[in-house]
Amino acid sequence: MFEATALNVSNQRLQALVRVLLLLMTVVLILPVVVILSVLIVRGGPVISFDFLFTEPTHGMTAGGILPALLGTVWLVAVALLASVPVGVAAAIYLSEYAPDNWLTRAINLAIINLAGVPSIVHALFGVGAFVLFFKFGTSILAASLTLAIMTLPVVIVSTRESLQAVPKAFREACWNMGATRWQTIWRIVLPNSISGILTGVILEVSRTAGETAPIMFTGAAFFLPFLPQSVFDQTMAMSLHLFVISTQVPNVPDALPFGVALVLIAMVLTMNAVSIAFRTYLRRKKKW
Amino acid sequence: MVAQPITEVPEVSVRNLAIRYGAKPALSGVSLDIRQREIFGIVGPANSGKTSFLRVLNRMDTFTTGMSFEGDVCVGGRNVRDWRNLYALRRRIGVVFPLPVGLPLSVYDNVALAPRLAGVDKKAELDVIVERCLRRAALWDEVKDRLKALGSLLSGGQQQRLTIARALSQKPKLLLLDEFSIAVDPVTTMRIEDVLKELRNEMTVVLVTNLVQQARRLADRTAFFLMGECVEVGDTEDLFTGEVQDQRTRDYLEGRFG
Repeated sequence: MFEATALNVSNQRLQALVRVLLLLMTVVLILPVVVILSVLIVRGGPVISFDFLFTEPTHGMTAGGILPALLGTVWLVAVALLASVPVGVAAAIYLSEYAPDNWLTRAINLAIINLAGVPSIVHALFGVGAFVLFFKFGTSILAASLTLAIMTLPVVIVSTRESLQAVPKAFREACWNMGATRWQTIWRIVLPNSISGILTGVILEVSRTAGETAPIMFTGAAFFLPFLPQSVFDQTMAMSLHLFVISTQVPNVPDALPFGVALVLIAMVLTMNAVSIAFRTYLRRKKKW
Repeated sequence: MVAQPITEVPEVSVRNLAIRYGAKPALSGVSLDIRQREIFGIVGPANSGKTSFLRVLNRMDTFTTGMSFEGDVCVGGRNVRDWRNLYALRRRIGVVFPLPVGLPLSVYDNVALAPRLAGVDKKAELDVIVERCLRRAALWDEVKDRLKALGSLLSGGQQQRLTIARALSQKPKLLLLDEFSIAVDPVTTMRIEDVLKELRNEMTVVLVTNLVQQARRLADRTAFFLMGECVEVGDTEDLFTGEVQDQRTRDYLEGRFG
């Protein structure tokens, strides 16, 4: 009565096959990450040192450190965040909590999603036209950061909106019924319970911004600068562009150098991601409903 | 003005109320009065417009896309369209939902929220309000030692009593309960019913329920809503002893449908 029929057997075989195939695809997915990281560590690891991180490049960028690029990336990311986070969070709050559900709101939401899909080189050209030329910021940290900010805005908006929407509607209804205004409800209930998600999104943005090359190469990042930036109106070197330059544009660069730069860049990005994940895990444990 | 005999102003007075969501009607042709300090039951099957009726009383239509209403609705003798401060109207009206809503705040802060929104910020004053409201909602003894615990992590029955305590903290003149027992165990339901019996001396209670026996136990008068229409309003005892105008009311109350 409980003997396996031919159909059972063939179903079980199919199930085993599917399982193996899915596992295989997952391995294929992980493999490049593992290979990239190992190659970077093996070939770039030896050049990493205190001097590498904290001195300037010498001998036409074929030796020395990466300090100007490292600091430049920090500048670019910081200024970009200062511009994109307040605007993005405010827009997300409006779209999630205030905007009526009509065709205009839907059109705006669609536009934001599409904006996230615009290639970064297009953002770069927009940045040149708008910030470098029209607003006359010149090629500067300001112009480059604003270009990065425009590029990351849609992602900030979408991730913030999702965090806000994760707060149950019933909480808002309860507050409104008590005579709270929309803003009182947002301030006392919605924001305190979505701030973790919003911050997680912002941190992930940092890692994405740090790695971008195209948007900054025409707007503010320099090939080589012998000094550190003093204000947002200076040009600066940046890690991503520096990597591109010493890999392709400069002759006689020792092999290990680009790997070292790439390793530092990826370490920055992974660190931010790890902070973000740790943060999210920590806050999830304090789940409030 | 013609002199009239002095009569009590009804807490809620509704004339020719029609509610629509977009083009879809939810309720039409409702006229009824809810007297001060009575428990007014509203019974009827799902989708008969009971919840929509409650949402008009405190003008939640302003938070609901597409919801609109026609007709005159007076609360506390004043047309709800003429309340210049809708937030004051809503503070006058406490609301309890079908599913308990413990806000993700401490038990204390849940109950102190409405007073705080209204500008009370002295700790001593808030302490008194919180204790009084929790006691009246029959929850104090269970939570007095963990006022700092999250309200949203209490059990369902406790959260529902917390919701009632929160509604009471508004010092409401009118308390709306929308199928409060749907997600609550029978023991808690009975405790809340006892609470309501005590509250009827101080405020008007509108009890929407799909348990007709609950309406019979509690309500002084009861309205029967069916498919967007108010079929009948009458003294609860009359309705349940068969003195009804409409055969549909009798059928529903006797459990022949719904």
